Amino acid sequence: MNIKEKAIKSFFMENPVTGLLLGLCPTLATTTSAENGIGMGLATTFVLLSSNVVVSLLRNVIPNRVRIPAYIVVIATFVTIVDMSMQATLYQLHKTLGLFIPLIVVNCIILGRAEAFASKNTVWHSFLDGLFMGLGFTFSLFILGSVREILGSGAWLGIRLIPESWNTILVFVLAPGAFLSLGFILIGMERLSRLFERGK
Amino acid sequence: MAELALIIVSAVFVNNVIFSRFLGLCPYFGVSKKLDTAVGMSMAVIFVLTLAGTITYIVQTYVLEPLNIGYLQTIAFILVIASLVQLVEIVMKKVAPALYRALGIFLPLITTNCAILGISILAVQSKFNLLETIIFSFGSALGFGLALVIFASVREALETREIPKTFQGTPIAMIAAGILALAFMGFSGMVK
Repeated sequence: MNIKEKAIKSFFMENPVTGLLLGLCPTLATTTSAENGIGMGLATTFVLLSSNVVVSLLRNVIPNRVRIPAYIVVIATFVTIVDMSMQATLYQLHKTLGLFIPLIVVNCIILGRAEAFASKNTVWHSFLDGLFMGLGFTFSLFILGSVREILGSGAWLGIRLIPESWNTILVFVLAPGAFLSLGFILIGMERLSRLFERGK
Repeated sequence: MAELALIIVSAVFVNNVIFSRFLGLCPYFGVSKKLDTAVGMSMAVIFVLTLAGTITYIVQTYVLEPLNIGYLQTIAFILVIASLVQLVEIVMKKVAPALYRALGIFLPLITTNCAILGISILAVQSKFNLLETIIFSFGSALGFGLALVIFASVREALETREIPKTFQGTPIAMIAAGILALAFMGFSGMVK
């Protein structure tokens, strides 16, 4: 497996959010700022990585018939670990992301990768797959979070870009802005992916 | 009584599952291309979510809390929901074959609908009692159905329109959803 090609693929063409439209709930809900986007992305990456490795390790042990429940238990275990350790160490972020931390369990990217990739491939490849897919997810959350934070609150990663007395387009931090920004980002990503394909 | 009415109005309009809580977006974009599949999916979600909300409440109050194992909530709930969906599928196949034919294909999809798990956890976090939980789950599912059916109608109408090539497919669906979300923002502040 070519690592560089895999990385480009999981960031653009096969990006979980903009390419495959998976995991939309946390994407839209937690990206009110770039920082929240990164936090959510990294939490998901950790779960994706760990569950990919464990599922791959157990791929010859789990009987085919009960594989889905078995995967779900593995994923739910890691989600509980993330949930509790974030509550202990990153209390403020945990409070902002709130409900969406336990909901990582039903994020279709994770079960999708367990079923489509980790159950058939070696541990090392599953590890890489989890890492790149997770980072691709984090990347699109970061982009969406940046767009919404810059337009909606006039700041980026907490740094003010425009004077506080100026008006910002508040709707972008609210629910409609999430859908609108993602719609336009999808167009941009589509264009970028086409450029990469042509460049090959 | 007024309190229950408030819960239902808040769940359907003000804190709509899709437009304000961002739950269940995968089926929202996945099955909204045709109006009749949207109606089928909404029915299935209303049925399963009301049941799931009730049962997870019972599990939380009578199993997890007395045994002091609240940290197993995520695992317990997702297993309860997954087996509930399986059970509903089996029972429905036997008891109501007509209903099964109509809703059958949507049932497996529901396990990964985050609205089910999300609303169940929210009901527990809001410290509702049993009746309030049932009303809250039902109202939330109704809100999901309402949003899905409206959106499916919009997308059916979009099919016949000429759309710039760049916007075709998902981008225009996202933007339509954004405009719908703007409309639903009009309800905000009506109920706390």
